[in-house]
Amino acid sequence: MVSLTIDGRTVEVEEGSTVLQAAEKLGIEIPTLCHHKSVAPYGACRVCLVEVEGPDGSQIQASCTYPAQEGLVVKTATERVLRTRKIMVELLLARCPGVQAVKELADEMGIEDTRFPKKNEDCILCGLCVRVCQERMGVGAVNFVNRGTAKKVSPPYDKHSPICMACGACEVVCPAQRVDLSEITTRTPRPIPSEFDEGLAARPSIYIPFAQAVPRVPVIDRDNCVRLQTGQCGACEAFCDAGAIVYDQQDSTKEIEVGTIIVATGFELFDARQIARYGYGRLKNVISSLDFERISHASGPTGGEILTTEGRAPEAVAIIHCVGSRDENYQQYCSRVCCMYSLKFAHLVKEKTGAEVYNFYIDMRTPGKGYEEFYKRLLAEGVHFIRGKCAEVTDVAESPEEQGRLVAVGEDTLLGITRRVPVDMVILSAALKPGKDADDVARTFSLSCAQGNFFLEKHPKLAPVEAASDGLFLAGACLGPKDIPDSVAQGAAAAACALSLMDKGIFVLEPITAEIDPDLCSGCKMCIASCPYDAIEFDEEKGVSVVIEELCKGCGTCVATCPSGVAKQKGFEDAQIYSEMEGILA
Amino acid sequence: MADAQFEPKIVGFLCRWCSYTGADLAGTSRIQYPPNVVPIRVMCSGRVDPTFVVKAFANGADGVLIAGCHPGDCHYQEGNYKAMRRYPMLLNLLDQFGIERDRVRLEWVSASEGDLFATVVKDLTEKVRALGPLNWNGNGPATAVGESA
Amino acid sequence: MAAKPKVAFYWCASCGGCEETVVDLHEDILKVVEAVDIVLWPVALDFKLKDVQAWKPGEVAVAFINGAIRLSEQEEWVKLLREKCPLVVAFGSCSHLGGIPGLANDKTRGEILANKYHLSPTVDNPEKTLPQESCRVDGYDLELPSFWKQVKTLDQVIEVDYYLPGCPPPPSTVATAVEAILKGELPPKGSVLAPEKSLCESCPRKDSKPDKLSISEFKRIGTSIPDPEECFLAQGYICMGPATRSGCGERCIRGNMPCRGCFGPTPGALDQGTKILSTICSVGEADTEETARAFADSLDDPLGTFYRFSLPASLLKHSRRQEEH
Repeated sequence: MVSLTIDGRTVEVEEGSTVLQAAEKLGIEIPTLCHHKSVAPYGACRVCLVEVEGPDGSQIQASCTYPAQEGLVVKTATERVLRTRKIMVELLLARCPGVQAVKELADEMGIEDTRFPKKNEDCILCGLCVRVCQERMGVGAVNFVNRGTAKKVSPPYDKHSPICMACGACEVVCPAQRVDLSEITTRTPRPIPSEFDEGLAARPSIYIPFAQAVPRVPVIDRDNCVRLQTGQCGACEAFCDAGAIVYDQQDSTKEIEVGTIIVATGFELFDARQIARYGYGRLKNVISSLDFERISHASGPTGGEILTTEGRAPEAVAIIHCVGSRDENYQQYCSRVCCMYSLKFAHLVKEKTGAEVYNFYIDMRTPGKGYEEFYKRLLAEGVHFIRGKCAEVTDVAESPEEQGRLVAVGEDTLLGITRRVPVDMVILSAALKPGKDADDVARTFSLSCAQGNFFLEKHPKLAPVEAASDGLFLAGACLGPKDIPDSVAQGAAAAACALSLMDKGIFVLEPITAEIDPDLCSGCKMCIASCPYDAIEFDEEKGVSVVIEELCKGCGTCVATCPSGVAKQKGFEDAQIYSEMEGILA
Repeated sequence: MADAQFEPKIVGFLCRWCSYTGADLAGTSRIQYPPNVVPIRVMCSGRVDPTFVVKAFANGADGVLIAGCHPGDCHYQEGNYKAMRRYPMLLNLLDQFGIERDRVRLEWVSASEGDLFATVVKDLTEKVRALGPLNWNGNGPATAVGESA
Repeated sequence: MAAKPKVAFYWCASCGGCEETVVDLHEDILKVVEAVDIVLWPVALDFKLKDVQAWKPGEVAVAFINGAIRLSEQEEWVKLLREKCPLVVAFGSCSHLGGIPGLANDKTRGEILANKYHLSPTVDNPEKTLPQESCRVDGYDLELPSFWKQVKTLDQVIEVDYYLPGCPPPPSTVATAVEAILKGELPPKGSVLAPEKSLCESCPRKDSKPDKLSISEFKRIGTSIPDPEECFLAQGYICMGPATRSGCGERCIRGNMPCRGCFGPTPGALDQGTKILSTICSVGEADTEETARAFADSLDDPLGTFYRFSLPASLLKHSRRQEEH
């Protein structure tokens, strides 16, 4: 550790630190341009100048490269320092008068105009792109070429680089926003589509999945992270002051013993690509309901503005209800929530863009508080409701108004005519389906399923949030399509059931368990071989099989297997069943 | 020659979790199906002892239906696998007794398959009707062997 | 009143093995003879029907009847003995359950007679002559008993007081039973004079049985030799032991043969055949409908295997091809 004084304040830093780092520790701000945490300091821009006092007087030094030494005395804002810095910035401004970062720096320092003759460069020659490509990415596709006033950054021989991997680090790091990847490589960077933004926006390899994620910490996308794939970069680690980034973390499996489980695994949106005639995935501006949720959200890829892929606000929007619902070919059931959210979309589009909105619907399903009233309101707002399932969305124009637009074609059953509605955007209100892995979840928890792979509750009236097995509860859309208030209610109900089960302090057993008379059991062990719960054990001393009542679930398989007819199931004894048979065959 | 008026008596063994619930669903959905199958509810198709099937025939049944959860979906993990294993051997045995295979059926009906249940009942009833009454009469007193306890 | 109690032995459709088992008492037979007077024993003593018809009721204390019932003559005799004796004991598997003769319930009478009297390769009977119930020969009317369409157990013809199971009952159980009868220390009427637990309880191989037994495929005695110490079922051989009463001394097991079920089912089992079928299939390793079918099809004769001794006593009793008696 070394101790130095900056602006009269003492600070201790590790040996090998720079004066800039020492100042940062003290919270003293020194402006920089060519400094970046992820690469070694270069001292190119000369903006971070400070006055360093020595035995022979003081010197002006670049703080980003000047090493912190024991007993050093530094001043960061003396008149001399400020004067010299000003000249540096004016020189930069003269070379690159159009670069925003330089202009901002000039403003901060009170520079109105540069005294030097102006050029019109856009690169400030900070070398950040060169350094990040070489040091971080280990590639070195670009470097400084030429000398003196002809110096510039370029791939060798002004040709496209064959080694550039289009990672885009140079673009990210450039303070002048001047780097254009297309000048460096013919490769196009592959943006990583954000899962939460439905692929409408890109995300970095290290990212927080969404704003409400719990825990709200970033994760590294193993498959796309350069550090994990090639061993290069690692910029995030350099930035993290908390030292929270550990690259060699492995997935770990934790086994937690619990007494109750609530399954709330949600739903999945029907993939509208299956209905080819709506053009989802083929035609531009045909989007799904979840896509639209992100587009209209303030934190989404468009900042909440409703824009087509061309970046303009639409003049007309079609919203198609029942995509994949109430449909013999896909899901026969009604997905419950789509009419209401389609109305919500209609209102949002009207409010934000004033576009004409056309809702193609079969029936308008508006149960719930204020729901019907909301529909009425939309009618008053001038939303067009076309009663008829939309037959197709096409980009093949049949008239001049349809040229270059999408056309939603459908029968208006109230008017009895087929309508072709030219629009700029089509929103498909797709069905709610059981989750992709509902099969596996059902098998893991022994859940019965109904209506495809939606989980089945124990009883629709008497036990709506309980699963058939003890201690297992169900809530939300995994049981069937439902809206948020209902999901929340079910979640609360399931939690209450779970709590009451755990709170009781006693466990209620099934009364219909199996039992084996020890006086008649011959210890053949065939029941043990057939019990799926290992609920029968062999008493070596007595030579008989014994049912562990707490584990027995009452299936009766052992009773049917017992070759001596000695195992009995309470409530379902052979004699009882024969009695029933007698009644049937009387 | 099968009696045109002959109404088969078919004993059904339905598991509580899947097939009995499926049968309930057929009922609440008002699906029409013949009344010839009268169900006996058991907790699992694994509870169905082949002895029940044979006893049913010996006591006058014309057909037997055993219905359980689909393999892999048994509420008790594997009970229906036991039923599945016993069934072909039982059919082979019944063959030797001269009882037609079409009189016994093992079906997988899940809780949501009300119409499948109705279809199965319709189909089995017609098949058994076509085979005619079984009329199995044992000679002598129908005693269980050496009753002691 | 120091007169020794009188006992009768009679045989119906049987092999003579039950007679043999009495002889197998060896020296103990002298004790038997000391304790009782054997007044009827067709295999060993001469007898006449009219002599038995002349017995006073109760004069002969107990009749041990072995063999299944298929002839009208057998019916006549057992009904007669029931009338005369206060105690009737069904002796051996045939009278108890139907026994090996009981397997004839899988065939029709016509098939049996045809096979016996003209189909057999060593029989010379081109006219296909079959025995008749009555015919005239040399001026005399010759009568033969009628041959029923179906084999019956003793208790399907008369009321039976006790059953001595086994094919044949082991000499030790015979000696015990006779002693108990003489002492008057008998369990409730209708009991089977053997323990209520199944063979596994006393089987010498039971310790070798795993807790989670499973059968991947069947092994046959005819094509392989079982391990002399391991549980038969665990090896894949069909052993009726779990569904059969104990008390036989496991003579077969000790001879490295799996149990065939001659002692009949335990009291809790209504039908020995379906019970063992259920047990064996439940622990089969088949996990799909195809493999379950293959497993079942690999056993050629489930009826003969599972009902070897107990077909007439089973719930279905006979194949449907037989008509009613």
